[in-house]
Amino acid sequence: MNRRAFLATSAAAAATVGFPAIGRAQSKEPLRIGCPLPLTGPFAALAADMQRGAVLAADELNAKGGVMGRKVEVLFRDDQLKPAIGAQRTKELIENERVQFIVGGLAAHVQMAINEQTKKSKVLFISTSQSDEISAKPDTSPITFHEALNPTITSRVVGTWVAQNLGKKWWIIYADYAWGKQNNAVLTEVLKKQGGTLLGTTPYPLGSAEFSAHLPKIQAAKPEVLMNVAPGADNVALHKQVISYGMKKEMKIAQPLHWISYLKEGGAELYQDVYGGINWYWELQDQIPSAKKFVEGSMKKYGLPPGDYAAYSYSGVLEVARGVELAKSTEADAVANALRKSPTYDHFKGKQWWRACDNKSFQDMWIGRGRGPGQTKGDWGLLDLVAKVSANEEYDRTCAEKGHA
Amino acid sequence: MLTALAAQLFTGLVLGMIFVLLAIGLSLIFGLMTVVNFSHGSFYMLGAYLGFFVVGYTKNFWLALLIAPLLVGVLGLGVERFLIRPLYGRSIDDPLLLTFGLSAVIIEVVRLTWGKIGLSLDPPRALTGAVNLGFGMFPTYRLFVIVITALVLVGLWLFLERTNVGLVIRGGSRDPLMVRALGIDLRRVWLLVFGIGSALAGLAGILAGPMRSVYAEMGVTTVIESFVVVVVGGMGSLPGAIVAGLLIGQVVSVTTFFAPKLAEINVFLVMALVLLLRPSGLFGEAGLME
Repeated sequence: MNRRAFLATSAAAAATVGFPAIGRAQSKEPLRIGCPLPLTGPFAALAADMQRGAVLAADELNAKGGVMGRKVEVLFRDDQLKPAIGAQRTKELIENERVQFIVGGLAAHVQMAINEQTKKSKVLFISTSQSDEISAKPDTSPITFHEALNPTITSRVVGTWVAQNLGKKWWIIYADYAWGKQNNAVLTEVLKKQGGTLLGTTPYPLGSAEFSAHLPKIQAAKPEVLMNVAPGADNVALHKQVISYGMKKEMKIAQPLHWISYLKEGGAELYQDVYGGINWYWELQDQIPSAKKFVEGSMKKYGLPPGDYAAYSYSGVLEVARGVELAKSTEADAVANALRKSPTYDHFKGKQWWRACDNKSFQDMWIGRGRGPGQTKGDWGLLDLVAKVSANEEYDRTCAEKGHA
Repeated sequence: MLTALAAQLFTGLVLGMIFVLLAIGLSLIFGLMTVVNFSHGSFYMLGAYLGFFVVGYTKNFWLALLIAPLLVGVLGLGVERFLIRPLYGRSIDDPLLLTFGLSAVIIEVVRLTWGKIGLSLDPPRALTGAVNLGFGMFPTYRLFVIVITALVLVGLWLFLERTNVGLVIRGGSRDPLMVRALGIDLRRVWLLVFGIGSALAGLAGILAGPMRSVYAEMGVTTVIESFVVVVVGGMGSLPGAIVAGLLIGQVVSVTTFFAPKLAEINVFLVMALVLLLRPSGLFGEAGLME
């Protein structure tokens, strides 16, 4: 048999053997993952980032032939940043769309409502929202996983770094809801441990556009560091007003988290020299192979690098796939057990692992500083990473503290 | 303490000015046509968006400050002429529902055209930074907002008090039947007033843009606060809208200083109190809502 004939017969063989297999794969029910996100409103930029991440993960899985021969479909719903709507959309995804998994949630209070639904329906949930309660009793469950960082970890890490590097006289301004309150509590505790002074705190209602009324009081107190715990569009508005009141010249500005989506929206000038924690940043591709693959995938599909929250949803969808393949099942308990049994993974940032007691993902994080106009790299190169903090279970509360006996 | 309070009062003045701009449009429209205009918040948002794009094309904030409100005003003319006009003479709920729906449509159109992600509108170079007012630094841009709103209010007052059209508007809101009996076509006046009201909302939007963040839903809570201002001032009363706007601005600012958690609730508390003592608002006349 010459080479040409060999190729022809093997192609034919592949066609007869392979095509029925593909045919079977397509006739199989797809693996459906529901993804409730605040697609409209002040968190829209982050939600869009997360949507891109989840779609990219599904595309990559499908390009490899799906999961156990099943095509992966991700269904998005707008939770409008409201717990009741998040719960309703999740219920619809599970009951009407027959999704077998939920990956998503962005605002902590909405994510809790989503979790109530998934627990009730026995659907495995991978939360991509920053929240302390989600992995603690009584809210968590054996089929509730938490991919994102949480306020305890971020605020302990960022708070300690800020107290040691920027100053120990603080004022904290925080959004008065789950995520904001948790960060405020942890930051207060960290500052005390570091021997610092908390000059005051300002709670404000989530979704505010106006902070000006809070600012003169903060200015008069003359803190060394203003800690901004304001998410989403609030973050942009707050930084604008802080700058316009000339406060950036008088004090250092820090926040538990940077979001590249809002750095982009607000612009380099707004975030120049603002310090904050971040779970991932696309320039890490120079150091981390999985980050490089993730960035390349996103550049090819969207022409822009993925953001920090796209990373969570991307990883969440890939973890569902990994769990299903390990368990050879889509049943929630089986997948959950499989993930706990082989807890380490690396989809975008180096090694991560699920802690067995609370299904919490442990991962590295970084401290970033806004680059400022003239120093940026392209549209998205807005941060300098000034410190890396390696994953450590000690940054979170212990299993016992979280109510896991 | 005193200096901090002074800064607080100035800050409240800026908040109040934006409230006044929004409430005047609402109040004018209600006083003349008894239309409760729920699309006002989306006109405010459109002002900020159009401002952003005019600045983008022309690189000129001052031009945008003129063009964006005009464009919103023209849209207002269209809305009155083709959507609201057929509903005159029907119950007060009909235009309310229509404008409520319209605002949802406008928000959705903005999301579809310009995306769900917010924008950042920068103040012009000349107005960045802060100036020392004795009690501390105050943003130059916010001072500018106070000045420009005051100028617009004076202009509006002159227009209403010193021109023939203004005379007709005032007459029309007091006794439409009589004005019509004098042979005046009130429909043209209504059209004009709706346009002016919308343009003022657009102006509030572009003025607020550089202070806040610009996104499709930015008008949703603002319109509610503006209605509180209108109700406190008295539905349909212009002096009421001004006094109540400034009052609510100060209420927000001063409560924020002493008890930040109460700032949002206090606005409604003030409304409840005013309604208890003066059911038709500070400057309102009874009977308009019936």
